[in-house]
Order: sequence, then structure tokens, then C-alpha cells
Amino acid sequence: MQWGSLAEFFAMGGYGLYVWPSFGVTALCMGGEVLAVWRRHAAAAGSRDES
Amino acid sequence: MSTTGINWFKYSSPQALYPLAGRMIPWFAAFALGLIGVGLYVGFFVAPTDVTQGDAYRIIFVHVPAAWMSMFLYVIMAIWAGLGLGLNARPSFMMAQAIAPTGAMFTFLALFTGSMWGKPTWGAWWVWDARLTSELILLFQYIGIILLRSSIDDLRRADRASAVLALVGVINVPIIYFSVRWWNTLHQGASVSITAAPTMAGTMVTAMLVMMFGFWMYSIAVTLARMRCVIVERERQPSWGKQASMPDVVEAR
Repeated sequence: MQWGSLAEFFAMGGYGLYVWPSFGVTALCMGGEVLAVWRRHAAAAGSRDES
Repeated sequence: MSTTGINWFKYSSPQALYPLAGRMIPWFAAFALGLIGVGLYVGFFVAPTDVTQGDAYRIIFVHVPAAWMSMFLYVIMAIWAGLGLGLNARPSFMMAQAIAPTGAMFTFLALFTGSMWGKPTWGAWWVWDARLTSELILLFQYIGIILLRSSIDDLRRADRASAVLALVGVINVPIIYFSVRWWNTLHQGASVSITAAPTMAGTMVTAMLVMMFGFWMYSIAVTLARMRCVIVERERQPSWGKQASMPDVVEAR
């Protein structure tokens, strides 16, 4: 492990501004897609009385 | 099969697909979570800092898997579309329909993370390089296929039209893949290939490949879940349901 402290980890050697948005937006998109499909299924299945 | 409460497709295969997909989703989701967890751990805590790019290179752990999925998913979508056209099989069209949004999302992520990586390493968020341009075209293709489908009310025509568009557009995938070889691009060539030794440290490659398998598992889980939505939604459409299952629908209500 090459990180001396938590602050060093978040700084990402000065590239934190580029690294964290990359991972953050990816997580948001994937999480959001799961949520959207979940809701779509609930809406579709609910309206036909089937789970 | 009827014991699961999904007895409304007695004579078509979506009946079998729906519960089967439902049983498969938790497994693929669990594998996805596990692999992405391990991939992130290796990527951030085991893989060393790159000598030339510093820690900016760590974007590779989402960028390359997202870019690969954008192309893989397109090819798989086109294969399902082709099978649908060739065999006139509705489940194939449903798979193609279920894959498109996930493919579009990974294409967007490949472009976004690429731009996040381009700024510190190239000094530009975007360049009109062959790799970037062809990937942007792929995003427009996905959006075009989704929009074309939603613009046609008749499901059979929507299936066929979007399948034809998906098949024609598959020509762009080899263009994206080989663009770094065919043209003098700013985008670097492949870091990992089947024919040559990787140009990256072992732990970096490991993290990237584990993330890629994680994204694969995620894609399978989420497209199967979306296909279940599509099955239920189509079952409610009279134009589709009347062929096999309209009596069942009435019965179920």
C-alpha cells in the first residue's frame, strides 16, 4: 500500500479531481440504472397484480 | 412453472425466460459486487503508482472496462437482433431491447472517464481523434436505436426496424477497435492484447481485468432484469399478447 494517510489517498497524487469524478459518475450511473430498472419492474409488475 | 404464479404465457418462451432470469439475476449481481469490490481494492491499494502518469492512470480501472463493455454489448445486441430477424424470435428482440440502454450508459461512461483522463495527460478534455470520434458515434448509434424503437408503436415493426439499424451499425465496432492502429491517433494503443505481453504491471492488469469481469456480470444482471420488465410490459400490449396469451391475461385479471 502506497498511501501514508487518508488525505494522501483522496489527493491521488494531485489527480484526485480527475480520478474521483471518474469513479463517482460510474458508480452513480450504474447505481441509478439498477434503481431505474427496479422501479420499472415494480411499475410493470404492480399494474398487472403480479410481483 | 405455474407454481411461480407466472402462468400467463402458456405457449411462448418468455414464460420460461421470466422465472429463469429471475433466478439468475441474484447470482450475477453477487458476482458483480464481489468482483468490482476486489477490483477496486487491488486497483487502489495493491497496484502501484504509475511512473509516467502518476495516479491519474487509475482511471483505467473504470475507463477500459466501460469502453470494452460499450463494444461487447453492441455486438451482443446486434447478434440478438440478427437472430430475431432470422428466426423471427420475440425473445431475441427482447434481449436486444434490454441491452441497448446499458450499452449506451457504458459508452457514455467510456467517453466521460476518457475525458477525465485526457485532461491531465493530454491537456484536453476532448480531441477529434479517430478513437474518440468513433466511440462518440457509437453513443449516437445506441441513442438512435432506442429512439427508433420508441418512435414506432407497432411492436413487430419496432423490433425489426431497430434490429436492422443495430445490424447495419455493427460496422463501427471494428472501426473503434482498430482505430488506434489504422490512424495516427492521440489515443494510445491497446495496453493488453491476446497476442502480445501486456505493457502494464501485473497488479494493474489484474485490477483492470477483474473490474472488466465485474462489469460483465453487472451487465448480464441488469439486462436480464430489464428483459423481465420488457416481458411484463409487452404482455400488457394487446397487439403482442393476443397471439398466445390473451385468454391467460383475461384469466389472470
